[in-house]
Amino acid sequence: MSGRFSSDIPIFNRKEGFGLKIKKIFYSQKVAPFVFVLPFILSFLIFWIYPLGSSVTMSFQKIGAVKTEWIGTANYAKLLKDTVFHTAILNSAKYMLFTLLLLIPFPLLFAVLMDSRLVKAKGVWKAILYMPALTSVVISGTLFRLMFTEYPTGQMNQITQMLGLGTYKWLKMGWSGMLALLIVACWRWTGVNMLYFLSGLRSIDTSLYEAAEIDGASSWQKFRYVTLPLLKPTTVYVLTISIYAGLAMFLESYMLWAGNNSPNNIGLTIVGYLYKRGIEKNDMGYACAVGVVLLVIALAINIVQLIANGTFKKEED
Amino acid sequence: MKKKLISTLMCTALAASMLVGCGSGETNPPADAATDDAATDDASADDTADDSASADDSEDEAETAEADVVTNTFGDPNGTHLEMWTFVELHGQHYGKMAEVWNEEHPDETIEITCTTYPYADMHTKLLTALQSGVGAPDICDVEVGQFPNVVAGLDNWLVPLDDYAADYMDTMVPARMDTYAGEDGKHYGAPYHVGATVMYYNVAAMAEAMGISEDEVTSKIDAVKTWDDYTKLGDEYVAAIGEDGKYFTSVDTGGTDWLWLAMAEYGEDWTGGFDNPANVQLDSVKKMLEMQQGWLDSGFAEVSPDGHVDLEAGFQNIMDHNIVSFPKAMWYMSRFTNYMPEEKGNWYIAKCPVFEEGQPMSVGIGGTGTVVTQQSQSTDLASRFLCWAKMSEEGEQNIWDTLGFDVCNTACWTMDSFAHDDNNQYNAYFRNYPYDVLNDIGLDNIGKISVVAISPTINEYVCNTTLNEVLEDKMDVSEALQELQDAVDLEQ
Repeated sequence: MSGRFSSDIPIFNRKEGFGLKIKKIFYSQKVAPFVFVLPFILSFLIFWIYPLGSSVTMSFQKIGAVKTEWIGTANYAKLLKDTVFHTAILNSAKYMLFTLLLLIPFPLLFAVLMDSRLVKAKGVWKAILYMPALTSVVISGTLFRLMFTEYPTGQMNQITQMLGLGTYKWLKMGWSGMLALLIVACWRWTGVNMLYFLSGLRSIDTSLYEAAEIDGASSWQKFRYVTLPLLKPTTVYVLTISIYAGLAMFLESYMLWAGNNSPNNIGLTIVGYLYKRGIEKNDMGYACAVGVVLLVIALAINIVQLIANGTFKKEED
Repeated sequence: MKKKLISTLMCTALAASMLVGCGSGETNPPADAATDDAATDDASADDTADDSASADDSEDEAETAEADVVTNTFGDPNGTHLEMWTFVELHGQHYGKMAEVWNEEHPDETIEITCTTYPYADMHTKLLTALQSGVGAPDICDVEVGQFPNVVAGLDNWLVPLDDYAADYMDTMVPARMDTYAGEDGKHYGAPYHVGATVMYYNVAAMAEAMGISEDEVTSKIDAVKTWDDYTKLGDEYVAAIGEDGKYFTSVDTGGTDWLWLAMAEYGEDWTGGFDNPANVQLDSVKKMLEMQQGWLDSGFAEVSPDGHVDLEAGFQNIMDHNIVSFPKAMWYMSRFTNYMPEEKGNWYIAKCPVFEEGQPMSVGIGGTGTVVTQQSQSTDLASRFLCWAKMSEEGEQNIWDTLGFDVCNTACWTMDSFAHDDNNQYNAYFRNYPYDVLNDIGLDNIGKISVVAISPTINEYVCNTTLNEVLEDKMDVSEALQELQDAVDLEQ
């Protein structure tokens, strides 16, 4: 008897032990989170980190049709002398800067208005402002291109003619080309940024405003000392994605000029140049160098910005 | 601490997605250079010959680009299956028709061919990707001449040399056109459609009306034009006679290099330097042409082509409105007249281009599409034989002339009366004179060639994006603009 038992018990225990182990893994508070984030980690590693690594490697190579060779930093040295690339950087930087100036204050203002009692039929306004984000850039870009055409029949030229200013070749001049890009950007992104700010505003405790009122704060003071500081996390987020989006803009320009080529390269962006080199000219090594430079620029700007905004500081509580 | 980690992760993710984003652009490039999609003929590409860059080239394309994947299957369903890609639907129709004739003549090795038409940029991107990765390329593929250097870079790793298959036709084929599609190893990888000889188109009817003389008188005046000075004189006469704002004798291009190619050919120069020499764009011919054009713009003799060049919707409209009454363009432009400007029938006359100094060659081959057979094909031998027959034999050339309206590369056809003077041919019927008469009059020796080599896309892109805009729109000094161009080109070589 005892022999039977003695042989059974260990088996039983072993089974139990195995089950427990699996149970332990699934119920372990340490391991479970990693299991759940595994899909993200994997896709992050495979689709982001791996391409990032190979981009860096490829930027030191000349990728030919038949053979690939290491050429050291020659691609980067060429970038330094490449005036078209400098134009692209300048265009992207200008575009980013102007979009920051336009796409943060105004959406914030609209969000505050939407949140106040000054505006009626808020749903309608919100929908109108958000609608452009839902349309395809391909379609809207084509429409904007027609609006900005150099012919007297284009909308913009109709307007300037009505004002007695004559007609312009909108998409052939530097300033008006940038203006067209910015108009498309504002049309498209104002609603989205407004929604970010609105959700930020919703999370501010109304009791704070009540307290401020009791202390006799004016509307401006409430905005300045309650709304703005408490909106900071939202603002930092919007700022970060706007910097990235501004630097990485491509499609708007591609659609506005119906291709990657604009007169005097007034619409060429960094990503546009990368596309031109990598895809159109099949020079992947050089394109990767362009990509790495873009990465460095975007990271540098954003890290400086995030440090300045105190994102990396330890939480005060 | 946790927050820091999250921020760092987020930043990395954002940054990383940038690089990934670059790749995704590839899947949806709506449209690039081809001007008209399935429209008619070769030349959609042809203008891109000179402009893998041309700034405005694609103006009207984007509207149509999205829907333009057309698949047609022709021939014997039991025959060997061939896959063919093109960016002009009519090219596919040509192979379809030829496949049916082939099957009748070769009942023991019939073929079935599926022709897929993609938008210009998509097709070339797809082809390059397929060739590079080693899977997914079609058996036969059209490659636009401006893109050819990218494709031929793979030499016989990627493509089948056609020399053996074309041997029967070689002695009557235009050598310069065959060489256009040769690789660095000297082998021929592409079969051409046409010569693309540049000629001058004149609107005789409009000129006669404005100048108050008979059409025959206008024709004889045009025939008397030998040099650019003569041309300018005739134009001045016309502009003075019509005396109306917005009416010009010709238009100059900011989005195409046809005028410059013509000038180079007249002086026997070539800015690419060919396979052996470095590119040099600071050529007297180019400078002379640009300075002459600046003068034309100042005097009201010429305008800048709307949207950059004449092979676009805006250009067709400009021609139909009689805003311009003459311009140089390759012979493949004839199909633009029949397709987009049918109401102009009977008005236009084709003549030789003027030259700077008498005795110079007066034409240049512009544009083109070379058709290649890829090494990925399961039946390279059959595909190559069919291709060369369909594009170089007399039967093939006849169909090319009748449907596509090209100046074919097999010179044996040029002088055949049944070929050149066939009044049933829509192009013969459209123009006031027989196009092939002009071609024979020019003569093969007077059709110059500008090489298409690895540096070509760079030159064309910079010229069309920057140089021509600077010179013609911003009135920049020509030498200065060319110096800038040279600097940009030197960076690449």
